[in-house]
Amino acid sequence: MKIPTPRSLYYGLGKANFIQYIIFAVFLLFFYLPLANLMMLAFGNKYEMPAVVPQEFGFKWWQFVLEQNSLISAIITSFVLAVIVTLVSLLICVPAAYALARFDFPGKSIFQFSFLFSNAFPKMGLYIAIAIVYYKLNLMGTWLGVILLHVINTMMFMTWIPMGAFRSVHRQQEESARDVGAGPFLTFMKITFPLALPGITVASIFTFLASIEEAQGTLMVGFPDIKTVPVELYGIIMQYPTTAGPVLSFILLIPALLILILGRKYISVDSISKGYNMH
Amino acid sequence: MTEQNVKLRISNMTKRYSNGDGVSNIDLEVKEGEIITLLGPSGCGKSTILRTIGGFIGVDQGEILIDGHPVQDLPPEKRPTAMVFQSYNLWPHMTIYDNLAFGLQIKKVPKKEIAARIDRMLQLVHMEGHEKKYPTQLSGGQQQRIAIARALLLEPSVLLLDEPFSALDAKIRAQMREELKRIQQALKITVVFVTHDQEEAMALSDRIVVMNKGAIEQIGGPTEIYDCPRTRYVASFIGEMNFLPGENGTEVAVRPEDIWLDDALDPEMNAVIRTIMPLGHYTRVGLEVGDHFLRAYVPKTDAASLRVDDNVALTFHKKYVYDENGGLLQ
Repeated sequence: MKIPTPRSLYYGLGKANFIQYIIFAVFLLFFYLPLANLMMLAFGNKYEMPAVVPQEFGFKWWQFVLEQNSLISAIITSFVLAVIVTLVSLLICVPAAYALARFDFPGKSIFQFSFLFSNAFPKMGLYIAIAIVYYKLNLMGTWLGVILLHVINTMMFMTWIPMGAFRSVHRQQEESARDVGAGPFLTFMKITFPLALPGITVASIFTFLASIEEAQGTLMVGFPDIKTVPVELYGIIMQYPTTAGPVLSFILLIPALLILILGRKYISVDSISKGYNMH
Repeated sequence: MTEQNVKLRISNMTKRYSNGDGVSNIDLEVKEGEIITLLGPSGCGKSTILRTIGGFIGVDQGEILIDGHPVQDLPPEKRPTAMVFQSYNLWPHMTIYDNLAFGLQIKKVPKKEIAARIDRMLQLVHMEGHEKKYPTQLSGGQQQRIAIARALLLEPSVLLLDEPFSALDAKIRAQMREELKRIQQALKITVVFVTHDQEEAMALSDRIVVMNKGAIEQIGGPTEIYDCPRTRYVASFIGEMNFLPGENGTEVAVRPEDIWLDDALDPEMNAVIRTIMPLGHYTRVGLEVGDHFLRAYVPKTDAASLRVDDNVALTFHKKYVYDENGGLLQ
């Protein structure tokens, strides 16, 4: 086989394609090089300057991280928290999304935009304000406090995306169900909810991932009683050997990757953009 | 004629939306086994009436009786009606079988009976063998057949059809119209049909309700509506009609086929031929009478001798005179 030269590629692919391939290659480098570096650090047992590739690969740092009790509990905390936050956010936001999609009421647009407020200000300022309220309510360092904070952070996805999903369910489809004898609740459970499920799934994935990676707010209101992996990572930068960080990063990446692979059927530009349409 | 039971009675029903649209003081009786069409332009309130019968919107006042029972306060799921919408009738996440079975399962019909009834119904609408498909795998016409089948499976007292064929192309529409007529006659079911297509209304209906701006203009059989339009609006809406100013603010209306071009002893008026368009079995002739243009349909054989710019004497075989309020004078 002949190795293609840049010249043969340029003429073989055509100018437009060639440029696209170059841009794509640069994108891949930017995207995957840090990940590759992370992997080398996480699996590199011995990695000394000035080598480009670790001298010795292995699971030394994985063993080290998994032996740290505080890290294991952080991992568990992170996952339990993300699951609870996703469920609570679903319970609050899905009915709100349905109401916004289907009913007209006074102050609807203000209500709709209120879900964007938490993303309209610098996060740190917001957390400081929340912390002040939390001190008064004795919510500092409690699970309830951290869950509330995460839920507030994810309300935007959880309302706007399902709202778009509910809007794309045609009224006639609901009316047909009523017509054949289903009451309002059965209609919602059997028709509306399943038809809006792709959008709700996408929103849940975003919420889960947002909760998993949230660090600032958790650090602010949960520390030192509630330590998630991202919070622990802050500490690790100071206290642990540098290579323990990449291992934890990987542990954080695993659920994100898994969920994105499992949910890729639902994650489309369409299902996301529908949520951000104004009607 | 035998005495038929009244299946559906609407009396003095009013429904107004906040923007002023809606219907007022509607009185309507539909007999058992009858197929009645609500016909009118969009926004005339025909769908509003249908949706109040189905229970999708409430009424401001008045009564709706089905089989003698008032239903105006019942939600759709408690009414003995079944509705077919213009589109999006089916649930895309369910198979055709599940779409059809959903209502029967809610009614707790035994599984075996559901299967048997669906089988029979699919035969009736000529859709055997599609049970395992999903709605998006069917064509628009097939989807509407399934929607009609689902409605019929509920064995409704009144079947409501809200422009069910208007999203289909012309050929399929004509075919579906015949199918519906066949099914309706086979099951002797009472049907209220909404359409803006007068050809569809004429072809399907035992009686037509012509509507305008939220009120009923005329109720009658297709021939009656065509031959005796009781208001100027009905005259202009149904079929083709020429209008000429008459005496004292009245208006004279003549159907194109009722204008005869001959040398009668007592001609209505004289005209000049402006256009001659042969359209197969008849010829369309454009006539100029003073400032007005009339359209006449002339049989092919009579049109052979006509020439553009000829002077002709017109006789009106049949004409209608309407007063300034649009009421029929004679």
